[in-house]
Amino acid sequence: MSAHENEGKMILDVNNLHASVEGSPILKGLNLSVKPGEVHAIMGPNGSGKSTFANVLAGREDYTVDSGSVSYSGLDLLDLDPEERACEGIFLAFQYPVSIPGISNAYFLRSALNAVRRYREESEVDAVDFLQLVREKMKLVGMDEKLLQRSVNDGFSGGEKKRNEILQMAVLDPKLAILDETDSGLDIDALRIVAEGVNALRGGDRAFIVVTHYQRLLDYIVPDHVHVLSEGQIVRSGDKTLAHELEREGYSWLESGHAREKTQEAS
Amino acid sequence: MSEAEELQKLADKEYEFGFVTDVESDSLPPGLDEDTIREIVRRKGEPDWLLEYRLKAFRHWQTMEDPAWAKVNKNVVNYQDLIYYSAPKPKKQLESLDEVDPELLETFEKLGISLEEQKRLSNVAVDAVFDSVSVATTFSDKLAELGIIFCSFSEAVKEHPELVRKYLGSVVPYTDNFYSALNSAVFSDGSFCYIPKGVACPMELSTYFRINAAGTGQFERTLIVADEGSTVSYLEGCTAPMRDENQLHAAVVELVALEEATIKYSTVQNWYPGDADGVGGIYNFVTKRGLCKGDRSKISWTQVETGSAITWKYPSCILQGDDSIGEFYSVALTNNFQQADTGTKMVHLGKRTKSTIISKGISAGKGQNTYRGLVDIKKGAEDARNFSQCDSMLLGDRCGAHTFPYVEVRNPSAKVEHEATTSKIGEDQIFYCNQRGISTEDAVSMIVNGFCKEVFSELPMEFAVEAQKLLAVSLEGSVG
Repeated sequence: MSAHENEGKMILDVNNLHASVEGSPILKGLNLSVKPGEVHAIMGPNGSGKSTFANVLAGREDYTVDSGSVSYSGLDLLDLDPEERACEGIFLAFQYPVSIPGISNAYFLRSALNAVRRYREESEVDAVDFLQLVREKMKLVGMDEKLLQRSVNDGFSGGEKKRNEILQMAVLDPKLAILDETDSGLDIDALRIVAEGVNALRGGDRAFIVVTHYQRLLDYIVPDHVHVLSEGQIVRSGDKTLAHELEREGYSWLESGHAREKTQEAS
Repeated sequence: MSEAEELQKLADKEYEFGFVTDVESDSLPPGLDEDTIREIVRRKGEPDWLLEYRLKAFRHWQTMEDPAWAKVNKNVVNYQDLIYYSAPKPKKQLESLDEVDPELLETFEKLGISLEEQKRLSNVAVDAVFDSVSVATTFSDKLAELGIIFCSFSEAVKEHPELVRKYLGSVVPYTDNFYSALNSAVFSDGSFCYIPKGVACPMELSTYFRINAAGTGQFERTLIVADEGSTVSYLEGCTAPMRDENQLHAAVVELVALEEATIKYSTVQNWYPGDADGVGGIYNFVTKRGLCKGDRSKISWTQVETGSAITWKYPSCILQGDDSIGEFYSVALTNNFQQADTGTKMVHLGKRTKSTIISKGISAGKGQNTYRGLVDIKKGAEDARNFSQCDSMLLGDRCGAHTFPYVEVRNPSAKVEHEATTSKIGEDQIFYCNQRGISTEDAVSMIVNGFCKEVFSELPMEFAVEAQKLLAVSLEGSVG
């Protein structure tokens, strides 16, 4: 069964995607199909192209798509600007959330929400309604309301930053959420809180792509599908048990031929 | 569209207030000599002491040279090509706004500063300077009840000569610099403000400046005296119509704060910056200085500079009284070929004097932005304190930011702190906003406003909103 035959049911259909960063090819023929409501985990060793994939989907400028296609909800995703993708319901939870000094979290989030609503030709949310909405969502992710008045991610701890990403996700209500190494830099308590936030947002048609190096996040966010990315291609797919297998055996089994040579050169 | 292209698109947005009001001007022919000065004095009906002052300044100016130390490239100004007096007709005394030339009123309305609206809706008294002669003064009567004098400089010369004579040139002597000498010789009009002892001025005092007649040099003179224990907040805002030739603006602003007096002086400056190729634009060479003469007095400068082809401006404080305080909060934005060399001087003379400098420079397009500041702690200034923070933000890779912080300390008890940062507006910040659905243009505006927050928070509310809008407009076509 090819991805094309199923396109009608897919929220995301990535077909033979090749992408490069500063002239170096990173993704080398990636295929992935995601149905509404599914949670896909993308795992793999450092440098396998996980973050590149997440950033290409979000439309980051430094990432060049060389060939292949990405269809999202029937749209040619690669044809859209990053803000259009966001307004169409793609959300990227950043590995390193960016700080914007002098702009309050509340102002930023309301600007984002209203930008998305304008795009969808919905009326803008006023300050009162927004506050009500955001308070409700903050409870969901276990976030202190004080963080609303602080500058966006400015001086936030690692855990606060990641929780802030999930809060933004909750407010913006995306169709496809991509979590890029959301577990990095989190202790186990913070990890659990963030994962609970994500789980609260699961359900309905919302799909997730969870990019992670480690299995431990998947103890909390249990995926429907697990894919192993190596050298820019998905080399293995399976259900959640694949993640456990990787936890036991690591990624060393991937190191064959070319990959091993590169490792030796590096050391 | 790439970020650079979008930045460029934003920067290419036409100057919004570039229109010329068609009002017949009563002008002197171009050129400057002692006869020009005598003619200005004659037309304005000024007393002999002022003629003498002007002539002394003129003679001194002739011995001086156009300064070249600022980090700006400019065309040579031919001072004989400028017009030194220009008054809109009709010149008769106006009782109410109804008598004002409707075209003038229309101009103000285009700028969103309708006098009528200001007068009716807000608590702001406006002394509108249109070219060189005041055409309307409002709220003066109300202020007069408190003994506050707020009028055009010309009127002050006639009505309050003793005050003008006492303080004119007491903070910025005509010998101070080339442009202050020129201004002292030929200043046409401006504003005068006196707050009597113990009076807190109940409203923001405001003047809108506007250059109109083509080729007219503008030499405004402002003098604000806050007597013992008084407080005043003064707003100055300017826009200018589009012009091809460079226009010189060489104003002098003097502030005097006596014992326990506080003066807050806020400026939003949006003179015509020239077109995207660097043609035209205002040369803004201004001398602004405040004297904290009395003990525990305070002078605070806040400026948002987005306009002019060249800005050359250092609002300064002389902290003479013990425990006096000087503050300088500045946002300077340069886009296209604009150049700004701006900063402050804090001269500490009195004991336990304190100064704070917060400077935010934003460069876009091929703009060049320089902070130049001096913290000068003199020998007698025991336990003086200074804190300076100079931050620069670069938008794109063709602009420049420069910082020249000079510090001179002659008293070992002084504490001087200086912090400086330079950042490029981050592609990662813009992408982060984009990924949340916010357009690049809105993202840049947001990031820059966040960068300037500490300064905007010093502005009076209405002005802060205006300043944010102005910044967004000025950035349109500059950044992605």
